[in-house]
Amino acid sequence: MVRKLHVQTAINGETVEFLCEPRQSLLEVLRDELHLTGAKEGCNNGNCGACSVILDGRLVNSCLVLGVEIDGKSVETIEGVAEPEKLHPIQDAFLENAALQCGICTPGFIMSAKALLDKNPNPTEHEVRYWLAGNLCRCTGYDKIVRAVLDAASAT
Amino acid sequence: MSENKEYKVIGTRPIRHDGVDKVTGRAIYGADFQITGLLHGRVLRSPHAHAKIVSIDTSRAEALPGVKGIVTAQDLPAAEDKMADLGEGAVNLKYLCDNILASDKALYKGHAIAAVAATNPHIAGEACTLLDVEYEVLPPVLEVRQAMEPDAPILHDNIRTSSLGETGEKPSNVASHLQHKKGDIEKGFTEADVVIEREFVTGTVHQGYIEPHNATALYNPDGQLTVWCSTQGAFTVREQLAEILQYPISKIKVVPLEIGGGFGGKINVYIKPVAALLAKKTGKPVKVLMNRADVFEGTGPTPASYLTIKIGATNDGKITAAQTSLAFEAGAYPGSPVGAGAMCVFAPYNIENVLIDGYDVVVNKPKTAPYRAPGATNAAFGTETVIDELAETLNMDPLEIRLKNGAKEGDRRADGPVFPRIGFIETIEAAQEHPHYTSSNGKKHHGRGVASGFWFNIGLESSVTISVNPDGTVNLVEGSTDIGGTRASIAMQAAEVLGIPAESVNPTVVDTNSIGYTAVTGGSRTTYATGYAAYEAAQDVVKQMKARAAKLWDVDEDNIQFADGEFSSINGKEEQISFRDLSAKLSQTGGPVVGRATMNPAGAGGAFATHVVDVAVDEETGKVEILRYTATQDAGKAIHPSYVEGQIQGGVVQGIGWALNEEYIYNDEGEMTNASFLDYRMPTCLDLPMIDAVIVEVPNPGHPYGVRGVGEVPIVPPPAAIANAIYDAIGVRMTELPMSPDRILKALGKI
Repeated sequence: MVRKLHVQTAINGETVEFLCEPRQSLLEVLRDELHLTGAKEGCNNGNCGACSVILDGRLVNSCLVLGVEIDGKSVETIEGVAEPEKLHPIQDAFLENAALQCGICTPGFIMSAKALLDKNPNPTEHEVRYWLAGNLCRCTGYDKIVRAVLDAASAT
Repeated sequence: MSENKEYKVIGTRPIRHDGVDKVTGRAIYGADFQITGLLHGRVLRSPHAHAKIVSIDTSRAEALPGVKGIVTAQDLPAAEDKMADLGEGAVNLKYLCDNILASDKALYKGHAIAAVAATNPHIAGEACTLLDVEYEVLPPVLEVRQAMEPDAPILHDNIRTSSLGETGEKPSNVASHLQHKKGDIEKGFTEADVVIEREFVTGTVHQGYIEPHNATALYNPDGQLTVWCSTQGAFTVREQLAEILQYPISKIKVVPLEIGGGFGGKINVYIKPVAALLAKKTGKPVKVLMNRADVFEGTGPTPASYLTIKIGATNDGKITAAQTSLAFEAGAYPGSPVGAGAMCVFAPYNIENVLIDGYDVVVNKPKTAPYRAPGATNAAFGTETVIDELAETLNMDPLEIRLKNGAKEGDRRADGPVFPRIGFIETIEAAQEHPHYTSSNGKKHHGRGVASGFWFNIGLESSVTISVNPDGTVNLVEGSTDIGGTRASIAMQAAEVLGIPAESVNPTVVDTNSIGYTAVTGGSRTTYATGYAAYEAAQDVVKQMKARAAKLWDVDEDNIQFADGEFSSINGKEEQISFRDLSAKLSQTGGPVVGRATMNPAGAGGAFATHVVDVAVDEETGKVEILRYTATQDAGKAIHPSYVEGQIQGGVVQGIGWALNEEYIYNDEGEMTNASFLDYRMPTCLDLPMIDAVIVEVPNPGHPYGVRGVGEVPIVPPPAAIANAIYDAIGVRMTELPMSPDRILKALGKI
């Protein structure tokens, strides 16, 4: 058996400790060890963005980060975006705009959009499309997703 | 049912009922499912496109610590060469089983050979590398025309071509030949002033759903098998499991979890029976997940095809004859959608003389599966390109020639059915009047193209129950897995009947033990047929509630009427009670009210679409950019217009991917060389403009609110529309999909 390593990190503002094998990705740790299954595996090689999380303020594909790499760092996942009784404006905008169909890519898109709006609160349509180009959606044709992000930007 | 009828709920845009779960990451999809004691399975797949399996030695893998069980085709019950009825049509059971785990031959790279259950997925993966399989490699057949050659290597020794009631004598890769005839084809071409005949080739493309296939299975000692998974149809999974495992249907429960896209690709089972076999062997719950390469190489894409299209017209633009030969790759086992392609190929046009031949051909590629209007996109690429060329030759506007020949109510399709009221003409008119079509498009290297499309839609079986809560809300239970907002579109139809807000209906999708049979979420049927069942179940609730009001007021049931959410007595007295207030009195008036309905409606009505696209072609790089896209479509009646627009926009973009980028690229050994999202390039949002979805509403007479299915037809026109736009831009007719930069440069003579 592979020896597991101890990792201490902050996830959505809470201190979290876990053991993981060096080969386990952050995505695998989030889903299988911590049962935070909002981040999805679509490709496991950084091409679909369904596993997007924010690591120390930077948008990453959690399938391309090792679990052991987040020791001492801070991770934001989809589970931490809403307040207890209030959705984040991006989440509201996705619902108002019907910007999801099957919903499997939605957590990744919301994390990407959040990372964008945290840095650039008033993006143009082109900037939204450029920023979200790392997230694949196969259902919507992106039209309503782009509108939702632009709406969320004007709401905040 | 009139077009101008005022509705309170239908046509509005409520927040979908499952929305909060899906924007917060709380919705549980198949791969998210957890259960105590879980083992993880991994499937070993063939590295060869065509090979005899000589032997499988599992001893090294079994010795790896953490490995709990290994299965091969030996663990499947011996499958008979017989037809199994799976509700969606008959399937040869031997082929079905062999596609789950290969018994004697691997017929494509990625074909499942064996599977391992272990304490974690990494160990299961390592164990797969320790399985020793000896193959005798055979030459692969990778293309439909090659497979049809008389001396082609044969995939199945037992296949004889079934052609118009006759069976061939020699083994062949052509599994079947079908034909539709109408009128006199020779006479039709004689009457034509212009005849255009062209050949077309389309590549193998994948549905590209973002969620890979998944399954968790548990066998209990009492023989109860439970499977949690994402699927387009829990009941069809149950049927397939019962046939493949030869297991009683009553002992199988399928629990559908949220599904991350399907587009037809999550109807057939792949790893679900494998998870069940591993669960039985180990006595533990086993979760099997595919990775992306498994999805590309081990699940059904939609077929590559080769077609010829010949259409003749008179000088005034009347089409007199149309002929086609459609050869579709079925993949490793018979069963391509060539039949559907043959139904759709000339369906948009009322043509007197038609001859359609279709060929279902096996090749060493994954067994194909449905993909959004399966077969229709391949066919329309040919038809709509030739119609464009006819219009150009006759100096007609391309929408005008479609308007002149477009099918209407009462016209007969070449494959038999007579159209009920349909809205094809209205979609063409909507495109003609749209500011996109009336705008100018005169820049160099810019082009505009149009194309239309047809999909027949289906009805099939659905069940719904509705129970009334004391606060005037209702719980709606359904068996249609929600792949794109159908909880909302089904609930809204019940809400309309009951006179309550959409938010007062709580829809739940349940397992196969908890609702009556419900067919797949596919064929653009769910809002139509399950929505129809919700309408009828709500009517049943109204009927029972009327009896309660009658009891309350001590009058005859016939004297109670229901309108705008209020029950009232019509025998003179001013008695009135709202649905909500009466809901609070059910206990006093006889107990709970549960409405129910089962449906198998036949009047799905046809769906038509007409698209307009502007492109820019870069003659240096061959890249085609989509500048503007407008899609008009007859939705019959849009229940939730946002999700109808979403279906149109999503279908268009899949069609754009098919047109410009997507294809399985094979090497000579039959290996797919681009089995990742990096190399199989689906459109990103940076590749696209907004997609203008224009909903046309010509009510379907086969549904109480006039609904037509909307999901599939929007993928049909894009490849042809884009090909026609490319021609407009650079003067070259593209006849092969995808129209990728290298093919554009070749067509321009630059490489």
